[in-house]
Amino acid sequence: MSAHSATAHGHATTHDHHDMGFLRTYVFSTDHKMIAKQFLFMGFFMMIIGGLLALVVRWQLAWPETPVPGLAGLLKETGGVLEPSQYNMAFTMHATIMVFFVIMPILAGAFGNFCIPLMIGARDMAFPTLNMLSFWTTLTAGFIMLSGFFVPGGHAAAGWTSYAPLSAVVEYTGVNWGQNLWCIALFVMGIGSMMGSINYITTVINMRAPGMSLFRMPLVIWSLFITAILLLLALPVLTSGVAMLLFDRALGTSWFRPSGGGEPLLWQHLFWYFGHPEVYILILPAMGIASEILPVFSRKPIFGYHAMAFSMIAIAFLSWIVYGHHMFVSGMNPALGMAFMVSTMIIAVPSAIKTFNWLGTLWGGRIQFTVPMLNSLAFVSMFVIGGLSGIFMASTPVDIFIQDTYFIVAHIHYVVFGGSIFGAFAATYYWFPKMFGRMTSTLLGHLHFWPTFFFFNLTFFPMHIIGVGGQMRRIYNPMQYEFLQHQQHWNVIITIGAIGLGISQIPFVINFFWSIFAGKPAPRNPWNATTLEWQAESPPPHLNWGPTLPTVHRGPYEYSVPDDPADFSPQTQPVRVPVGGRRH
Amino acid sequence: MLNWWLPENVSTFGRDIDWLFHLIYAITAITGILVFVALIAFLVMYRDRPGRRARYTHGNTTLEIVWTIVPALILVVLTFLSVPAWSKIKMSQPPTDLVILVNAKQFNWQVFYPGPDGKFGTADDKQFLDEMHVPVNKPVKVILKSQDVIHSFFVPSFRIKQDAVPGREISAWFDATKPGKYEWPCAELCGFGHSGMKGWVYVHTPADYEKWAAENLKADAAPAQEEKPKS
Repeated sequence: MSAHSATAHGHATTHDHHDMGFLRTYVFSTDHKMIAKQFLFMGFFMMIIGGLLALVVRWQLAWPETPVPGLAGLLKETGGVLEPSQYNMAFTMHATIMVFFVIMPILAGAFGNFCIPLMIGARDMAFPTLNMLSFWTTLTAGFIMLSGFFVPGGHAAAGWTSYAPLSAVVEYTGVNWGQNLWCIALFVMGIGSMMGSINYITTVINMRAPGMSLFRMPLVIWSLFITAILLLLALPVLTSGVAMLLFDRALGTSWFRPSGGGEPLLWQHLFWYFGHPEVYILILPAMGIASEILPVFSRKPIFGYHAMAFSMIAIAFLSWIVYGHHMFVSGMNPALGMAFMVSTMIIAVPSAIKTFNWLGTLWGGRIQFTVPMLNSLAFVSMFVIGGLSGIFMASTPVDIFIQDTYFIVAHIHYVVFGGSIFGAFAATYYWFPKMFGRMTSTLLGHLHFWPTFFFFNLTFFPMHIIGVGGQMRRIYNPMQYEFLQHQQHWNVIITIGAIGLGISQIPFVINFFWSIFAGKPAPRNPWNATTLEWQAESPPPHLNWGPTLPTVHRGPYEYSVPDDPADFSPQTQPVRVPVGGRRH
Repeated sequence: MLNWWLPENVSTFGRDIDWLFHLIYAITAITGILVFVALIAFLVMYRDRPGRRARYTHGNTTLEIVWTIVPALILVVLTFLSVPAWSKIKMSQPPTDLVILVNAKQFNWQVFYPGPDGKFGTADDKQFLDEMHVPVNKPVKVILKSQDVIHSFFVPSFRIKQDAVPGREISAWFDATKPGKYEWPCAELCGFGHSGMKGWVYVHTPADYEKWAAENLKADAAPAQEEKPKS
């Protein structure tokens, strides 16, 4: 890879591989593609931890206070039986890890880094060093977060929302350094996220290839661009919030402690002011990914490109004024609750628009059921269920009953697992050939997808039912409640589903690592797709392109164009004599 | 259909909530079925077959307008239908002379009746632990306080949920329509004892309530119940 390094030294725009040694190539790399892979590995590694924590939680709920298999060595005093405080720690850390250290690093970190420069025709991010720092900051945050498992008193156990004053006073949970490290880790993570988002925004605005106008950008770039703006504006609120919480815990301030004049609801306002845009930070990239993959395997332009872009912009704006729907019964002024109900109902509209446009994309297509396509279709269908169940909560009177029940747990998992994680799987299968230069195994892909889809629904759909039955979230043992005992069999079914869901990920892990080393070498454009990244080599060299940057002549989804014998017309392909039909 | 799974409703405003629940259930079920039928139909009809080319279209403005306006209208109507129930439950308080103070703490509900003087915080207050007694068909005002962390007052059969926030006094109300014994869990994570933090609300017939009140709320009734350690 150092063949050209002597001749091309110092010419950033020349096609060459600088020989930078192992450390600069694989560890402290400034190459957006390597940083993307680093985020991807980090995210999938943390997903294993987060997933195992979920299984521990599920075991306790199905067979309360029986020894959890595999934990006998870890919990010696109880012989493997989880104590309530350990149970609280398990679900707190499951959610914290999944939200901040799995979905954000994979969707925004890995695919944001990988896709943005390649798909807008740039050689790298605007600030490559900052990009590297962003990864190492996030990884440091991950280590700090994991270190909390090893401190006396255990890790944070006040829920991933860490409502004060439960989280603000050591005596209330008995957790001391665990919660402190939770705050510090999220603070550091917030800094890393800020570096990344500044980079993404600058890159999209300034580094687009000739001809790549904003409305010729692929929708996944739109989604990542909007996500970056949300990250830039939302994360600092959380960062400040956790700093205030840490001050309350360690320095004796009273932001959230009523005993010193503080206000517990302030934490909820800060947390959800970040937290609701955060939900869209988790789902928007997956929406973009689905919008990218559905046209490719329908061999058809995306339906309603502008409606898709504008609906994402609308979601981004509205996401700032809906957060109060998390607080309908919190003691917040009920008049305010009414206002938040209106805005929450409105934000369902752009999501509906997106769903109909995805259906419109399939309509009249030539649908190829590849593994990335199956995962994208799962995304769309699961997002529909997650979106529709959200309407129950938007209606304030109904929310009084279902707030803090498993109905909410079902909803969040349909959106964040059914949505974001299926989006992450779709993206991994779709861009894997470009990332690693090798194809993944289709057989293993199917062996991963079908059981995952089945067990996902077996796990999360019954949660709607027990939620409607009134089962509260975050309880240790449903059998302590007479009104919940008749539906305990559902908890068993859910846990069996969850175990199946965990086992279903094994083919994915095998596929991932086997394909990196032994997969079939990937051609430049294995999916016959139109967007720019498929014009680069697989994997693209350092600085992505040859001596000249690609020039963009058309929109990103020109499939089955009538005057073109091929069924796809790459963005770099010049437009011949226009023959009717709208071009973008 | 999911009606089977809802706990029995025994409160006045619970009917409004259940009606809205079922309305939304119908709307989302119909929408969901339509979307899934269309999705599956498209997947079958437009699967890749040799010799067929995909339709080249970038969209349809009329369709975009229709599927923007129709969901928006449905959601606006739903909002308007939700407003009366919300303002009835959370923004108004039916007149009543029965006021009960609930002080939440890790991990119990302390229930106070004002005693003969009608005031809280005086020596004749009657205190109970994890149990509340109310008459049927009479609005009850509950003043919610917490002395440590946030708890949430939840009686599934009354369809009531309201957080108790330390440093605040929050009012809630209910009007139970059927005598019985109803479970009263805490719905907000409040620490390691959150699970199992629960009480019972006893709804009595008017005669039974009078009897209970005579035995427990009068000035010469037995002294306030001692706190028992939580098992």
